[in-house]
Amino acid sequence: MGRLLLIGRLARRDLRRRPLEAGLLLLVIMVAATTLTVGLLLHGVTTSPYARTRAATAGPDVVASVSPPPFNGGRPADLSGLDALTRAPGVTGESGPYPVIETALAAHGDSASVQVEGRDRGHASLDQPALTQGTWIRPGGVVVERSFAEAFQLRAGDRVTIGGHRFRVVGVAVTAAWTPYPSLFCLTPCGIQALGAVQGPPSAAREPDAGLIWLTRADLRSLGAQTVSYTLNLKLADPAAARAFVLRHNIDSPNAPTLEAWQDISQEDGEVVTDEQRVLLTGSVLLSLLALASIAVLVGGRMADQLRRVGLLKAVGATPKLIAAVLLAEYVFLALVGAVAGLVAGRLAAPLLTDQGAGLVGSAGTVSLTAATAATVIAVALAVAVIATFVPAVRAARTSTVRALADSPRPPQRTAWMIAISAKLPVPLMLGARIAVRRTRRLVLSVVSVGITVTGIVAVLAAHAQLTAQQVPGAAGLADPRTAQLNHVLLLITVMLVALAAVNAIFITWATVLDTRHASALARALGATPSQVTAGLAASQVLPALVGGIIGVPAGIALFTAVNPSRTTLSPQLWMVAVAVGAPVIVAALTVLPARIGANRPVAAILQSELA
Amino acid sequence: MTTGSLSYVGPVLRARGLEKHYGHGGGAVRALQAVDLEVATGETVAVMGPSGCGKSTLLHLLGGLEQPSAGEVWLAGTRIDGLGEKALAQLRRHALGFVFQAFHLMDELTAVENVELPALLAGRPPRTARLRAEELLDQVGLIERSQHLPSALSGGERQRVAIARALSNDPSVVLADEPTGNLDSAATRDVLRLLDRLRVAGQTLVVITHDARIAATADRLVSMRDGAFVEETRLTHGTTGPLGALAGLEH
Repeated sequence: MGRLLLIGRLARRDLRRRPLEAGLLLLVIMVAATTLTVGLLLHGVTTSPYARTRAATAGPDVVASVSPPPFNGGRPADLSGLDALTRAPGVTGESGPYPVIETALAAHGDSASVQVEGRDRGHASLDQPALTQGTWIRPGGVVVERSFAEAFQLRAGDRVTIGGHRFRVVGVAVTAAWTPYPSLFCLTPCGIQALGAVQGPPSAAREPDAGLIWLTRADLRSLGAQTVSYTLNLKLADPAAARAFVLRHNIDSPNAPTLEAWQDISQEDGEVVTDEQRVLLTGSVLLSLLALASIAVLVGGRMADQLRRVGLLKAVGATPKLIAAVLLAEYVFLALVGAVAGLVAGRLAAPLLTDQGAGLVGSAGTVSLTAATAATVIAVALAVAVIATFVPAVRAARTSTVRALADSPRPPQRTAWMIAISAKLPVPLMLGARIAVRRTRRLVLSVVSVGITVTGIVAVLAAHAQLTAQQVPGAAGLADPRTAQLNHVLLLITVMLVALAAVNAIFITWATVLDTRHASALARALGATPSQVTAGLAASQVLPALVGGIIGVPAGIALFTAVNPSRTTLSPQLWMVAVAVGAPVIVAALTVLPARIGANRPVAAILQSELA
Repeated sequence: MTTGSLSYVGPVLRARGLEKHYGHGGGAVRALQAVDLEVATGETVAVMGPSGCGKSTLLHLLGGLEQPSAGEVWLAGTRIDGLGEKALAQLRRHALGFVFQAFHLMDELTAVENVELPALLAGRPPRTARLRAEELLDQVGLIERSQHLPSALSGGERQRVAIARALSNDPSVVLADEPTGNLDSAATRDVLRLLDRLRVAGQTLVVITHDARIAATADRLVSMRDGAFVEETRLTHGTTGPLGALAGLEH
């Protein structure tokens, strides 16, 4: 107990001696923990909003629909198949069939294709859309599906034109029988009637998105559509067997109904969140790796500074084991605090990132932080801190007392081939190359840090290109909430990656400046100008950044392909080259200031202090 | 060995009213006060005095490693105390060579790589720099050890490498700060012989020391106390007189 108390006290005092570094470490761990928390929290929101919506709207187990076969001379859809389904074994209830037509909606100067479902004014036993705003349909008054209403910025009270007739929006509602905009399942090819005359028929692969509108059966008839489809909602005795029911009754015939199980609708609903979850989890892995590099650099830098303190502890009787325990305790404490702060921040940030529930009841704001999520985040943060701390802590603990008390710098590593090659380079590059290879571990961390960042950015660019390629023609003026949301998440990940990488670049440069203060002073005493030393210090960071940039591009493509195996759209090569070249340029810009400060330190004082 | 290449006639190194203060107000420390010094081309001047008397500060000011608080420093007819860092660096590169008590060799570079470094910093072709470095190592008797790292060399050998490095760019003046301060007797004798050979070859030398044997190799001895010169002695016959015998040098 006394020993633990001693370790705690020593660790606390050490942290207080350097509050800025401790704060930076905390920040780095917190950022990584926040991202990981958000990524893990999204597991919970993939299914729960749909389940809540299904319960609130008495969602059907199976939705069946029929459309008139094409080129049938204007004959109506055959409803006998739907009628037969109501008598099928296992069916315990139904609502409908409801007529559905496809037409154009115009409002706020924009137009879009919509599926319009004629409903009764009374309450349906199955699939009664739940209102989130206003009232249910009435003559002349329509209700708009919520995600479409949000994309089109429609509210109760707005006036809209549907199929050339004027209506008033009286409500906004959600349903579990249709996938929300923009993934709405179209009973007829979306957009052919509504927008085809203006923009030409869309390709099969790029159907324009359609919204969903409910109005009364009488209002639907007043639109005078020639092609009317029908939907029928079915309740089964065993909802879990819905897919089996669909398989049994889906018949490959133009007149036969098309069936969709509730599980498939739920899956489509979850796609938006699944994509976000994938992006965030991948991003959090990258950020955790960057955090690992940051912590390793910070810890390494701190260890170099606290070597004398280690010597003092040893001189008064502390064992190497106790010293290693004190050092590890410091970082474990910071990791714990950072993880808890990250859990709180992630829990607060998740609803902002996962407002996918526009078409569903509830949203990610209602997700709960489970013990498993909290344990995972804390375990990852601890693992990162321990891995980054272990080597320098053990090294410091094993350093001889005399050397530690003398606080003499660790001898640099010699890389003979690089020294030979660098002799042929201009002075700043010669100094830079020699500085870069003095510390292999730090060099690797520099390469890894930039490599991870470029990997992330290239993957983000590829994802962005993919989203752009998926933009649907004909939805002019409408924001695709799925694309906007994913772009939002991608931007957030990019900003966090770049911010952490920038912090890393500055940390590494400063650690290098401190480590090479004697070598830099000596180079100046032997005739190197301050600007040559500045350029050399900056070059020592730019060279690994260049390598990291070059490695990061193929790694980013590989990451994107691994996360999205079915997606092959990549961002333009020019962008990739720009990222690879831009990374070292940005690193150079970030490192110039600390390098300049380091290069302009008084030569005589440094050389004299080495003598002392 | 070659001497400096500047064609200036007169004292190659001159200091007038040199002062250096550290700190401000009542707490200011006067490290150097009103120091005048002239060093002729080819002359060896030893500066002696107790620890903390301002010897190293004087050397730093003469070498442009620090700026004086007052006074002037002239090198080969050029006033250097007001020069910027870039100009001072170029001056150090071509006109000055430094030898430090702690050797200050780059740990990761071999002996020959350390010696060629000033030439590379001066922009000399790598081949030329390497040949010159090998020539200098040969002159200091370390050509066989040219590929050794400093950690594999003795103290005396390290200092001889440092002296070779100081000569890499054929400087007008070599400034040596306690060159034998970290050495044992045998190594000290080796370094003394080397400095004497430099003196004989006409290399201008300013040596800071509190070792009487090294002072004995000089043409002139300046004694310092409390930041000021207190005595100046011209040593006739260099190392051939009694002082030379004291130094243990053989001619």
